Amino acid sequence: MPSRDTNVAFVRTEFIEPSPPPSSTQGPVAWMRENLFSSIPYSILTLLSIYFIYTLLAGLLPWLFGGVWDTSSIRECREVIEGTGGCFSVLSERWNQLLFGISYPQNAYWRPALAFVLLFVAAAPVMFPAVPRQLLVFTGLYPFLAFWLIWGGTILAPMVGLLGFVAGYMAFVQLEKTNGFAAGFFGGIVAALIVWLLGGFISGAMPHFIALEAVASRNMGGFMLNMILGTVCVSLSLPLGIALALGRQSDLLIIKWICVVFIEFIRGVPLITLLFVANVVLAYFLPPGTNFDLILRVIIMITMFSAAYIAEVIRGGLAALPRGQYEAADSLGLDYAQSMRLIILPQALKISIPGIVNVAVGLFKDTTLVSVISMFDLVGMIRGPILASTEWNGVYWELWGFASLLFFVVCYGISQYSQWLERQLATDHR
Amino acid sequence: MAEAQMQVSDEVAISIQNMNKWYGSFHVLRDIDLTVYRGERIVIAGPSGSGKSTLIRCINALEEHQKGSITVDGTLLSSDIKNIDTIRSEVGMCFQHFNLFPHLTILENCTLAPIWVRKTPQKEAEETAMHFLEKVKIPEQADKYPGQLSGGQQQRVAIARSLCMRPRIMLFDEPTSALDPEMISEVLDTMVQLAEEGMTMICVTHEMGFARKVANRVIFMDAGQIVEQNEPEEFFENPQNERTKLFLSQILGH
Repeated sequence: MPSRDTNVAFVRTEFIEPSPPPSSTQGPVAWMRENLFSSIPYSILTLLSIYFIYTLLAGLLPWLFGGVWDTSSIRECREVIEGTGGCFSVLSERWNQLLFGISYPQNAYWRPALAFVLLFVAAAPVMFPAVPRQLLVFTGLYPFLAFWLIWGGTILAPMVGLLGFVAGYMAFVQLEKTNGFAAGFFGGIVAALIVWLLGGFISGAMPHFIALEAVASRNMGGFMLNMILGTVCVSLSLPLGIALALGRQSDLLIIKWICVVFIEFIRGVPLITLLFVANVVLAYFLPPGTNFDLILRVIIMITMFSAAYIAEVIRGGLAALPRGQYEAADSLGLDYAQSMRLIILPQALKISIPGIVNVAVGLFKDTTLVSVISMFDLVGMIRGPILASTEWNGVYWELWGFASLLFFVVCYGISQYSQWLERQLATDHR
Repeated sequence: MAEAQMQVSDEVAISIQNMNKWYGSFHVLRDIDLTVYRGERIVIAGPSGSGKSTLIRCINALEEHQKGSITVDGTLLSSDIKNIDTIRSEVGMCFQHFNLFPHLTILENCTLAPIWVRKTPQKEAEETAMHFLEKVKIPEQADKYPGQLSGGQQQRVAIARSLCMRPRIMLFDEPTSALDPEMISEVLDTMVQLAEEGMTMICVTHEMGFARKVANRVIFMDAGQIVEQNEPEEFFENPQNERTKLFLSQILGH
């Protein structure tokens, strides 16, 4: 057997201290070499990209800064502009129609504007844990306040709405203690209905009690309509989606199948079809003479549509949770409602955030589809009254650019918020 | 452990009679009869797939049995949800993969069930939690999240979390199988300490050293049935069944 003269024994007597990396890997030059010019093909791509960006800006910036803002028609624009420049006068002249629609009373623009500002106050405690919890009271009041501000009329109507919810909740709490969940649930609904019925008579009898000028739903329009539909539908479809996702997982077969059929049916139908149903077909089913608000019908349809998608996203989140989480919650003696609320949903929703935001952003943009059923939202406004007018026929880039900008700001905001939220909730340190 | 055996009382903690369970048509547990007295420390061993985990998961109704009866602390385990919740709040359980709640801090993990199930005031629940975290020797980690802890630490938190419900019986489902070798002993030490305080324990484990040291009964299962049970000394020195002998020779062979 050949012997080796090397000795395998080795004992380390002192440990190596950590030292800084070599200086050639730091500094701006090293950064550029690594990220922009790491090889010849990459350098070519970098130069091509720079050239592309330059051409884009060289076209865009003169158009943007050479534009005119104070003419009264597209013909005047053409006379005034030398070289390139956008005809932005359409925005400065028609901004009110773009934002609020044609028939919203001019002297009441402050009302939706105020409702918009208050929306941030109401959303803050829900979106940011650092905001004082007391503000949640305002969040609860906000829907009724915003309704009163935007639609006007007597303050009694939204107050009755609020009282109905309060009465329903109180009945639920009382009955749940003594008679269980189901009794509380239906008792709450009955109590709310009674309050709404009685309150409806009172507010109907006194239409001028602390009243703002009433604005009919058909007069809502512009970006305001998109915001109303987007906000209401997102905030309604999230809880509905959670309920559907849990229902689909339920052990109760009937509930499970109702949820499955609902989700699969809604997902199998284009939104535009549902909107036509809301606009035209529902009227055949309702007794003649009933005035079932068009915006309300559209809200119901869009909410159902996005709730079905959100339910599927959340189902994915629920499925991604290890079975051990359910078992641990069970083994500690938590009941179904507690384990869902405290253990399962917080984690499943966290996993689902990107998907939910995806649906929310999509939903917000889909609100422009209502222009097809002759509602004058931002897109309907541009396509209809503005582009059809003799003054502004042909101003495409400026109008659609403006519309894109408004939607982009909102959607980008939502997406940034969701990324921030994901970082906030990251506790697993993987 | 003579003095430990003296702590066993005549009071029955768990009584399992003629219990059977099937997964579909597969007969997982067959005619299980087992009586556990208060203060007993039972180790269940056996090859994988022998039904030992399923057996202890039936005790707190994580799995449903189809035939026979299980009585825990005088409460008959049936499909009545009230009975199940009563039993679960009396029986603590530790899992192979800890199953801590990753979105809650260590302290919140420990106080959650006492606050929501036992309706303990938060302050009191936190004091209890700190007491048990000190007992498993990690009070300084209370404000961290499970993901920041090592496996051994997580399992000790899981034990503390169960203890916060003041259970009268503890079930351990392979508590050390997912741990690095260096961390097994810290978890076993905690379990030994618990045993010395007289906790009724049923442990599914392959730690035969632990079984020798702490258990007053070792049960060997194979193919869904109890094949042999005895005091640890007799069980290891003088196994009777051929299957037991084979199993012991394989795990103690190295």
